[in-house]
Amino acid sequence: MGENKKVSRRKFLVRGAVGTAGVLAVGTYLFRNPIRRQILAYANSADSPYMGSGVEPLLWFELTSANKIRLYSPKVEMGQGTFTGMAQLAADELEVPIAMIKVVHAPSITGNIDSFATGGSTSIASLWMPLRELAATMREMILAAAVENLGVPKSDLKIKNGVIKVNGEQITFAELAEKISEWPEVDTPELKKISDYKIIGKSVPRVDLDDKVFGAPIFGMDVDIPNMVYGAVVRPEHIGATFITADVSKAQNMPGVLKIVEEEDFVGVIAKSFIEAENAKHAIKVTWDAPTNLQLADIENKMKVGNGKPTIIQKNGAEISDPEVQMEFTTPIGAHAQIEPNGVVANVTEEGATLYLSTQVVAITQKEVAKRLELDTEKVNIVPTFLGGGFGRRLHTPHAMQAAVMSKAVGKPVKYFFSRKEEFQHDMFRPPTHHVLKANLTDDGNIAHLQHDFSSGDVAIDSALLPSALNSFLGADVGAIRGGFCQYLNIPKIRTTSWHVELPFATSWWRSLGLLANTFAWESFMDVLAEKAGKNPVDFRLAHIQNDKSGERLCNVIKTAAEKAGYQDTVINGKAMGFAASTDAGTPCAQVVELSIVENQIKIHKVTCVLDPGLAVNPDQVRAQCEGAIIMGISASVFEKMTVKDGQLNPTIYGPYQMALLKHAPKEIEVILLQGRETPGPVGEPPLGPIGAAIANAVYRITNKRLTSMPFQEALQNM
Amino acid sequence: MTINFTLNGSAETVTLSDDMTPLLWVIRDILGQKGTKFGCGKAACGACTIHVNGEAVRSCSYPIKFAEGKKVVTIEGLGTLDNPHPVQQAWVEKVVPQCGYCQPGFMMATAALLEKIPNPTDEDIDKNIINICRCGTYYRMRKAIQRAAEIKANELIETSKTS
Repeated sequence: MGENKKVSRRKFLVRGAVGTAGVLAVGTYLFRNPIRRQILAYANSADSPYMGSGVEPLLWFELTSANKIRLYSPKVEMGQGTFTGMAQLAADELEVPIAMIKVVHAPSITGNIDSFATGGSTSIASLWMPLRELAATMREMILAAAVENLGVPKSDLKIKNGVIKVNGEQITFAELAEKISEWPEVDTPELKKISDYKIIGKSVPRVDLDDKVFGAPIFGMDVDIPNMVYGAVVRPEHIGATFITADVSKAQNMPGVLKIVEEEDFVGVIAKSFIEAENAKHAIKVTWDAPTNLQLADIENKMKVGNGKPTIIQKNGAEISDPEVQMEFTTPIGAHAQIEPNGVVANVTEEGATLYLSTQVVAITQKEVAKRLELDTEKVNIVPTFLGGGFGRRLHTPHAMQAAVMSKAVGKPVKYFFSRKEEFQHDMFRPPTHHVLKANLTDDGNIAHLQHDFSSGDVAIDSALLPSALNSFLGADVGAIRGGFCQYLNIPKIRTTSWHVELPFATSWWRSLGLLANTFAWESFMDVLAEKAGKNPVDFRLAHIQNDKSGERLCNVIKTAAEKAGYQDTVINGKAMGFAASTDAGTPCAQVVELSIVENQIKIHKVTCVLDPGLAVNPDQVRAQCEGAIIMGISASVFEKMTVKDGQLNPTIYGPYQMALLKHAPKEIEVILLQGRETPGPVGEPPLGPIGAAIANAVYRITNKRLTSMPFQEALQNM
Repeated sequence: MTINFTLNGSAETVTLSDDMTPLLWVIRDILGQKGTKFGCGKAACGACTIHVNGEAVRSCSYPIKFAEGKKVVTIEGLGTLDNPHPVQQAWVEKVVPQCGYCQPGFMMATAALLEKIPNPTDEDIDKNIINICRCGTYYRMRKAIQRAAEIKANELIETSKTS
C-alpha cells in the first residue's frame, strides 16, 4: 500500500544523460495521460490546457556545461510573453535566478510538443501546474544526486541562486552533473506556497527583450541555411478557383530558375533568389476555373440569422414573438494582417525532413509534412521559431508541406514565403457575423426576457486543430460561440442561438474568436435596454448579474472600472464615455472608453481596463496584453474590413486595408488587475471583448445614433 | 552591375544582374543581416525601415542602384547591447516589444525622427511614426519615443560637459 502511494506521487520521472557536444542533458519523462484529462477539461471550460504529445520521453530541461538551464517550451512565443512566464514558473521552483534559464522552442524531435496548439489564451494557465512540478522535481533530483555524490545528509544541502551550498562550500549544478552518470529517481515534491514565490507575480522584463530590441535573427523569416534556394507557389486570385492547367514554358527559362514543380494541387517554382523566384512565378500562366461574379452583398445576404444551421446554446426561455426592443448588428470579414508573412525553410534529405517556421501547431505541421512526403512522423523535425505575430493565423501551415515537396524535388533546402497580396487573399479570415437581439422589460425596468441569435462562418468547424469531437458544442462551432453566452444570468428568460453559415472562402481562428463580434452585439444592446429602462448603464448591468462566484468577479470588474474611470453618461466638452464588459474563458473584463468626434473621425483619448485574470504571473506583461488587445480591438472595430468584388477578396495591401496607427492609439490606457481566483487564467484574448461595444456606446452619447456595424469609421460616415 | 556602399560602417561591394533589386534583399539575403524585416514589399508597413545617409527609408522599395556610395545603417548598426542607442535603451526601459517583428523598423524610424526633431511633440510623433504594429504596442511606443528624446538630450548635455 505504501508502495502504491509512492508511485502515485512520482508524477514525473526525471532522468539525466550526457548529451552531444559536451552538453549535459536532463530529460524528463512525463508519466501521465494528459490527453484524456485535458479533453475533459476542455469540454468543461474554455480553459483548454497543455495537452502533451503522447510521446515519451519529453525533453524539458537541458543543463549546459556553462551552468545554464535550457527550458524547452512546448508553447510558441508570438508576443504574448509566454516564454517569460515559463521562465518565472521554473526559476522559482528550481531556486535559480531567471537569467540562468534560457527558454527555447522545443523542436519536435524532443517530443515536447503540444498536440493542441499555442492559442486560446491557455499557455500559462495550462503550464501552471506541470511546469512548476517538473521544476520542483528537477530540483529534488539535483539535491538527491548531491546527497549521494557528496556523501552529506540532505539537511546540510541548500540550493540558492542556482548553486548548491554544502557546509560553507558550493558547487554548481553543472559541476555536480559532470560527476553523475545515473541520476536518482525522486518523488514529485509538494510545491512551494504561492506566498513564498519570489519571481512569480513580479513584473520581470521580458526574457526576449534584448533579442527583439537589437535585431537578433529569431523569426521564421530569418532562417538561413547553407545552399538554401527560394521557392514560390502560384496562387489563384479568385475565391473558389480550381486549377486547370499551367504553362510554365516562359518561367522555365528565366534567370535563376532551378526547377518547376507541378503537383496535383499546386505549381511551384524554385530559383536562386527570392526576386528570381517571384519573377518566375508571375511568368507562369495558370488557367483557373473561377467564378468572377461573387460580390460582398452576396456574402452579406448569406450571413443572416435564419440561414444555415441553428444550435441553441443557452435556453431557459422560449423565442420572443413580440419584442419590445429589437436590434441587429453586423461585423465584417477581418484579416489577421500579422506583419511577418507565413513562410518556411524546408530541408528534405534522404534521412528525413527538417522544417523551420513560425507555427502555432507544431504537431499538425509535422503530421501534414510526414503524410505528404510519406515519411514516418518522427522523420520530420519541426523547429519552431519566434512568431512575427500569430493571432490564430499560424494555426494553418499547408505551406510547410509545399516547401517540403519543393525541397525534395530540387534536392536543396528551400525557403518560401507569402507575398503580402497572398497574405490578404489567402488569409483564413475572421468570419463576418450577423446578430439579432430581442428583449422584453418588466414594469420596473429590468430585463424579463432576452434573446440573441447570431450567425457566423466557420471558426473551429473544419479546422484540423481540434479532434472533430471537440470542435462543436452541442453542434455549434466552439470558436464562433466565444462570447456568445449571455453573462447576465439574473435575467429570468434567456435564449441564445448560434447559426452556422457556410461561406465560399476559408474563415477560421482570429484572436478572441467570436468574442469581439458577440460582445459588440450584447453590450451595445445592454446600453440600448438601459436607456429604454431609464437606468444608468452600469447599474443596469449590475442588476442583472447572478449571485455566484463568477457573478461576483464580473461585478467587481464592472464596479472598479466605473469607479476608476469616473464613469458618467453625459457628454462633457465634447467627450463621452462608453462602458462595456465581457466574460471570456472565465476571465471577466470591463472597459470604459473616453472619446470625442473630431471632423467626423473617432478620436479615442483614454481607455480604462479592469481585468480579473486570477494570479498574474507577470503583471507588466498582463498589462501589455491588455494594451495590445485594446489597440488591436480599436483597429478591428473602427477601421478594418475585407470586401469581395467580382470574385476577389480585397484589399490586398496595408493602407487600403485600414488599420490603427500610432496616432489612433489612446494616449492613456489604465489597466487595473484584480485577482478573483488563486491560479492564473486566460489573458491574451479576454480584453478584446468589451472594446468595440464601449466605443459604440460612447459614440451614441455624442451623436444620438447607434453604430450597428463595424468598422465604425465607415458606419459613422454613412450615418 | 557592381554597387559600393557602406553597411553599418563596413564597406560592401555587391554584384547583381538586376540593379532594381530592393536594398532589403541585398541586406538580408546577400549580406546576411536579418534585423531589417520584410512585411509587405510595397513600402506600406515600415517593417523594413533603415537609414540611407541618415534618412529613414523603406528598403523593400529602394532599388539597390540608388545605394551607390551611400551610408546604410540598419538596426544592427544602431547600437549594441553594451552601447545601446537612446532609442534602444528607451525601448528596453519601457518593455515595448511583444512579437517584436515590426520593432526594428519603428526604432529606425524613431532614431531618424529624433535627429530631425530632438524633442518631438505628440503631433510630430503622430505625423512621422506611421509604421504598422499588429500587436498594438503603440501605447508604450509613444512613451518610449518621449523617453528616448530625454536620454538623447541628457547625452548631449553630458558630451558638452566633458568636451
